[in-house]
Amino acid sequence: MASRFDVRSQPGFGTVAMFTFVLLYLPIATLVAYAFNASESVTVWGGFSLRWFVEASQNAAVQDAAWRSFVIALSAATMATIAATMAAIATTRTAPYPGLSAKYAFINLPLMVPEIVTAVALLIVFSRVKVWTGYSGLGYLVVAHTAFCIPFAYLPIRARLEGMDASLERAAADLYATPWMAFRRVTLPLLRPGIIAGFMLAFVISLDDVVITEFVKSGGQDTLPTYMLGQIRRAVTPEVNAIATAFLALSILIVTAFFFINRKKS
Amino acid sequence: MNWKISIASAAIAFLGLAGSAAAEGALNIYNWGDYTSPELIKKFEQKYNVKVTVTDYDSNDTALSKIRAGGHGFDIAVPSANYMPIWIKEGLLLEARPDQMDNFKNVDERWVNVPWDPGRHYSVPWQWGLSGIGINKKVYSGDINTSAIFLDPPKELIGKINVEPEMNDVLFATIRYLGGEWCTSDKELLKKVRDKLIEAKPKWLAMDYSVTEKLPSGDYAAVYYWNGAILRSRLKNPDIAFGYPKEGYPIFMDSVVILKDAKNVENAKLFLNFIMEPENAALISGFAKYANGIKGSDKFMPPEMKDAPELVVPPQFEKAGEFLAACSPEVSQLYARIWTDVNK
Amino acid sequence: MASAAENAQRHHREEIRRRWMLSAPALLIILVAATGPLLVMLAYSFMAKGDYGDVKFGQFSLDGWFSVLFQRDMFDDTVTLADAHLSILWRSLRLSLITTLATLALGFPTAYFIATRPRHTREIWVFLVTIPFWTNLLIRTFAMQQVIRNEGILNNALRALGVIDEPLPIMYTDWAILFGMVYVYLPLMVLPLYASMEKLDFRLIEAGYDLYAGRLAVLRRIIIPLVKPGIVAGSILVFIPSLGAYVIPRVLGGGKNMMLGNLIELQFGSGRNWPLGAAISITLMALVMVALLVYVRNAAKSGAQHG
Repeated sequence: MASRFDVRSQPGFGTVAMFTFVLLYLPIATLVAYAFNASESVTVWGGFSLRWFVEASQNAAVQDAAWRSFVIALSAATMATIAATMAAIATTRTAPYPGLSAKYAFINLPLMVPEIVTAVALLIVFSRVKVWTGYSGLGYLVVAHTAFCIPFAYLPIRARLEGMDASLERAAADLYATPWMAFRRVTLPLLRPGIIAGFMLAFVISLDDVVITEFVKSGGQDTLPTYMLGQIRRAVTPEVNAIATAFLALSILIVTAFFFINRKKS
Repeated sequence: MNWKISIASAAIAFLGLAGSAAAEGALNIYNWGDYTSPELIKKFEQKYNVKVTVTDYDSNDTALSKIRAGGHGFDIAVPSANYMPIWIKEGLLLEARPDQMDNFKNVDERWVNVPWDPGRHYSVPWQWGLSGIGINKKVYSGDINTSAIFLDPPKELIGKINVEPEMNDVLFATIRYLGGEWCTSDKELLKKVRDKLIEAKPKWLAMDYSVTEKLPSGDYAAVYYWNGAILRSRLKNPDIAFGYPKEGYPIFMDSVVILKDAKNVENAKLFLNFIMEPENAALISGFAKYANGIKGSDKFMPPEMKDAPELVVPPQFEKAGEFLAACSPEVSQLYARIWTDVNK
Repeated sequence: MASAAENAQRHHREEIRRRWMLSAPALLIILVAATGPLLVMLAYSFMAKGDYGDVKFGQFSLDGWFSVLFQRDMFDDTVTLADAHLSILWRSLRLSLITTLATLALGFPTAYFIATRPRHTREIWVFLVTIPFWTNLLIRTFAMQQVIRNEGILNNALRALGVIDEPLPIMYTDWAILFGMVYVYLPLMVLPLYASMEKLDFRLIEAGYDLYAGRLAVLRRIIIPLVKPGIVAGSILVFIPSLGAYVIPRVLGGGKNMMLGNLIELQFGSGRNWPLGAAISITLMALVMVALLVYVRNAAKSGAQHG
């Protein structure tokens, strides 16, 4: 009897979780379905066709934009996660020291600034820098994205760290492990779920940004969101659904690969 | 996460995309989204061996802010008529003298001596259009040549109307509907304008951009919107009809200009001359479905556009159209306040 | 004796220095690409507005700040509270709060579910939560319309089940905005919750049951206090961005009713009143910041108590 009683389960939680996943994927399912629509509409079904995949594969502007979005998101999320992990370690599990809460507020600041304000402010500052240096590459977008991604990576990592037992690291230090070794072998593995959550958040937040990108981008630097923004005044065709579907297929491929690698390990 | 891979790809991303397109034989165009015919660009690239980039914006204000800030790297932009005086006044434009170019003879006389650029010293017409009424005839069969459709809607249409989310176009129609002139600062009248909009808004379904999708599908029964989009809606659903508000409707024209800090001035000039060629202007219209302003371009246009009721203004409604001029800063501020009140 | 105390102090100082070094990269990036430019905005809020957007540089004016809360009546010049701004603020606060609660109600069980899966499958579930968000926000909101419009999946399903006869008009109402925001911000709640639940020590829960606590009591007295950091992080990540939401009210709400994000956007766009836009944003930020600082103080205090 006692062994059947699962201390982990909570009544109804599994049902709510399933409901949440259905909710998450229902719009995605319609999105994928309409990628195969024969008509020009994203709401009225006109039969099955692959024409939008063909059009998307011929539309260099969209492909460029999608690829650029991906590159920016990957670079920004990586840098933001590294910076946020360091910052989270520096601001948790400590007695209050001068400047601690100011630091906390400062790191979360990008979250609090309405996007359009950051966008206009960055436009003013970066355009001066562009004139001075003559450099107008993607670096500006990556830096801007990194900045607003940091709180999104920081908060989950911090939540993970808070209350995490420091005794393990102390034990490592007692065993003459260098701080770096202790970090790599003890802290980092313990932090892993937080880091993954933080990285994922940063990645999707960067992937979705419109307003800041719109103001910071230079010539030929449209991302998928800014490209789409330009389209909504006229008409959105299932072409964007086709691109999204291709993106989804790619990510599902990655997940599957990930799954098999993990299974091998365990 | 595999950190090494992530970091390596981030580094590659940095290196690979560090260079910008300021090389020789380049032209950087900054235009409204989904407004530039890819065919036109390809043709220009092949003819002059120039690499063209097109970057999008979604509002006149965004474009103005970015160009004014500098360091943008664009050569060409396409501002609307009511913003053009600001661009000229703030010294953002190069006086490229398109009126002295070879193909200028093709520009329709109507679009030469325009108030925002008399004699066309700075700009070349790109496309022009107007805001009017689009209606599903199956739902409503009365008079559609009036702004009453959305300001005093007949009961068949209540709750099925979509209005263009553009402050100036909506205020223009309302001011004219109540007998005023555009840019008026007559408080008495503006109060009525505000009250009229506050009264009418609950009868609307939305203020949205997705007209070409939802007017043909029947989600909307009436819209106040740009004519090109209503044309596209009619092509999908023949029950759609177009009306010209007799009380007054706003006209817009977007014109191509060269920026003062352009790096590729020669290519930009070639482009200006290029789009004044009737065949090329027809490519522009064929893509975005608005009229252009170049004589003789209609014979190259797709057949559905030649006699489209949305593009060819009937003579009795020609007078009601007016260019949406830029109002004085004080008046603009007043209008923004009214708009905030209406949308609170 | 004295040298030991000195040693401890030196150690302490070194520790603080190390902590500053560690947080330096994050602070630096934020300084360059968020706070620094923000100071420019702060300065702008005290300048006179330019005729066509921008500001009149160096020309001091308090008009922007004045207009955040007050307005001179357009028609008779009396000064009153800016009720348009206040009602937009109220709408935004209300909708954001409901969004936060709803994402918590859905996200908590979901995160718990993920955290109690076998170890090697947890990260797969995390991926599954975020995959829908790899597609662009605008495409997602269009897909969302497909679900909630009159002829959409939800209404058709309800009609087929005989729950309703007439379609529920959800599209272009506050419900649509709410629905959209819950959908879009859900992962911002689930992931931090998961990060803190994943380390739950189930021996504590077992101990709770051994002491004859019911499921609900275990949840309330043991699980929730233990994952509180996650709840707080998630709530911050949902609440604050939803205050400034821009695309969702515009597309799903039909653009008829503004939220704060739209109001600020208007000032920087066709409203051409940058100082007012800057002043509204800074007011909003200050409010959020104060709330956050109060929380950190309290958290630090209670943390110190627990040792």
